[in-house]
Amino acid sequence: MRLQYPSSVRVIQLPCSGRVDIIHLLKAFEDGADGVYVAGCLEGDCHYLTGNFKARRKVNYVKKVLEALGIEPERVEMFNMSSAEGPRFATVAREFTAKIKELGPSPLKAAQAA
Amino acid sequence: MKSGSNLEKMLSAGHFAVTGELGPPRGNNAEEVRHKAKHLKGIVESVNITDNQTAVVRMASWAACKILIDEGLEPNLQMVARDRNRIALQSDLLGATALGIKNVLCLSGDHQRFGDHPEGKNVYDLDSLQLLDTFRKMRDEKTFLNGKELDGAPEIFLGAAENPFADPFDFRPIRMAKKIAAGANFIQTQCIYNMPKFREFVKRIVDMGLHEKCYLLAGVTPLKSVGMANYMAKFVPGMDVPDTFIKRLKGVDKKEQAAEGIKIAIEQIHELKEMKGVAGVHVMAIEWEHRAKEIIEGAGLLPRPQV
Amino acid sequence: MIVGDSKPLEEILEMIKDRPKVLVLGCRGCVTVCNVGGEKEVGILATTLRIARKKAGLPPTIDERTLERQCDPEYVEELAEVAEGYDAIISIACGVGPQFVSERYPTVRVFPGINTTFIGGALEHGVWGERCQSCGNCLVHNFGGLCPIARCSKSLMNGPCGGSANKKCEISPEVDCVWHLIVEKMEKMGRLQELAQVWPVKNWSTSRDGGPRKRVREDLKQ
Repeated sequence: MRLQYPSSVRVIQLPCSGRVDIIHLLKAFEDGADGVYVAGCLEGDCHYLTGNFKARRKVNYVKKVLEALGIEPERVEMFNMSSAEGPRFATVAREFTAKIKELGPSPLKAAQAA
Repeated sequence: MKSGSNLEKMLSAGHFAVTGELGPPRGNNAEEVRHKAKHLKGIVESVNITDNQTAVVRMASWAACKILIDEGLEPNLQMVARDRNRIALQSDLLGATALGIKNVLCLSGDHQRFGDHPEGKNVYDLDSLQLLDTFRKMRDEKTFLNGKELDGAPEIFLGAAENPFADPFDFRPIRMAKKIAAGANFIQTQCIYNMPKFREFVKRIVDMGLHEKCYLLAGVTPLKSVGMANYMAKFVPGMDVPDTFIKRLKGVDKKEQAAEGIKIAIEQIHELKEMKGVAGVHVMAIEWEHRAKEIIEGAGLLPRPQV
Repeated sequence: MIVGDSKPLEEILEMIKDRPKVLVLGCRGCVTVCNVGGEKEVGILATTLRIARKKAGLPPTIDERTLERQCDPEYVEELAEVAEGYDAIISIACGVGPQFVSERYPTVRVFPGINTTFIGGALEHGVWGERCQSCGNCLVHNFGGLCPIARCSKSLMNGPCGGSANKKCEISPEVDCVWHLIVEKMEKMGRLQELAQVWPVKNWSTSRDGGPRKRVREDLKQ
């Protein structure tokens, strides 16, 4: 399978989405990411049982932080997909990128450029 | 005699006693107190004056009591432990008895969380039993809580409340015994709707011999409407309103619901009169003082005996 | 442990408005255990504040540091070299932290970044419950190991009151009626009779009511 997904998506591999922490998501924004998403296994399919549910809760926490800072909470999302679903991985990457493009660059960059 | 109050005399003479209830206004409208009192005059032995019930600020209970005395009624001063510490509670008792108040009902008080000042700090220096014990000591030992002698001790008939429908049910008679040990001369209960459960409670009280140590007055509150019945059933903590009453009220025309509620209250009083261990009824016609007479008369309790 | 809760971000942002150089100061004591003021939370709060600064186009000088404890002068002393270089220190320790830090560094503005809520323990991961009110005269052994002072909404010593229904307190279905639990526990232990006695009034002078408290151990004093 040679599937294309936007080159602007930088993949950081983790053993399980449960390893994602609030600080990782926030650091990405601090360092200038326009959007961040977590791709975890399908709900019910976590090898560690609840890793993906925990990741979703962390994503929701970060959404609230962004909102409090006046940044669109849609810039962070959680997606569930099976590792056998290459096409879905590519689709999510394309769709999320499109959505972030629609939102425009991170307000952090805009403020610093000004 | 502890106080020589009308209520005490009536109960000790063995008559089936009737007490009423009056909520002071949310302002200093003395006329409203007089107006409500007029409806209760001559039909009850004593009128409970609530103390900022449901933690909503109202005219001070002792002041409304004084208005009743001036109108020729006998008040029963309710005092909650929520708002005052031991200094203020003892002080207020001295003031109240100096004004001629002879019956005092000791309560812990509804938590302020649902009142009109939920951001306030509560006190609860004492609980209701410790309050009873303190007042009993002031009366019988003629001392303050600290053991120091009083210059003029209060003569009071001491009361407490009991909710037979609160949990845990099995502990309720034990707690009532504790209240008697702490000093309760009479107990007024929460509104009774679940008669079989109340009957079981009273049976336990009688088995423990508590009815011989203290007078038990059963609480009766007429259901004004289906809405009120539903509200009491769902939202008032520790209230047990069986579906049968709600169905019965629903069964009559909306305009007839109030009359049906009064009919139910009368039937309840008839049942309570026959119950061994019940010394009287406490009729709480909340914001319905003008209908209290119908209920008491309907239950064959008028005219009141003279003692 | 002492349990706390983060202050709303808006409140913290308001505190540090117009204060360019900020230190977020954590504590490795209780607040680390209850996940509100340890090294990890320092990182999260500092990062969040830097994002806010960057978004506003301001220099993101928000530093991070976590002390062993903020309730011990010897650890607070570790800031001696740096404290005065900050326009604001946000202490995310319990209420003791901001007081000890500002006492030691009186010229520095110190802000509390958390609200100290109660003395309690973990009921499960991420959930804490109040257990003690530090009344200064522990009586829990008389009540089946449950504290009526801290856990009864009215601190009743002769409960349960008439508001107890289905094991819950009248103030909220979220709050257990501790008196229901006490009665159950004592019954299970065959000690129900002990609850038949009237508990006399409590001496509150050992509690906060007696004024601010201090404890001195002569044998340990220097």
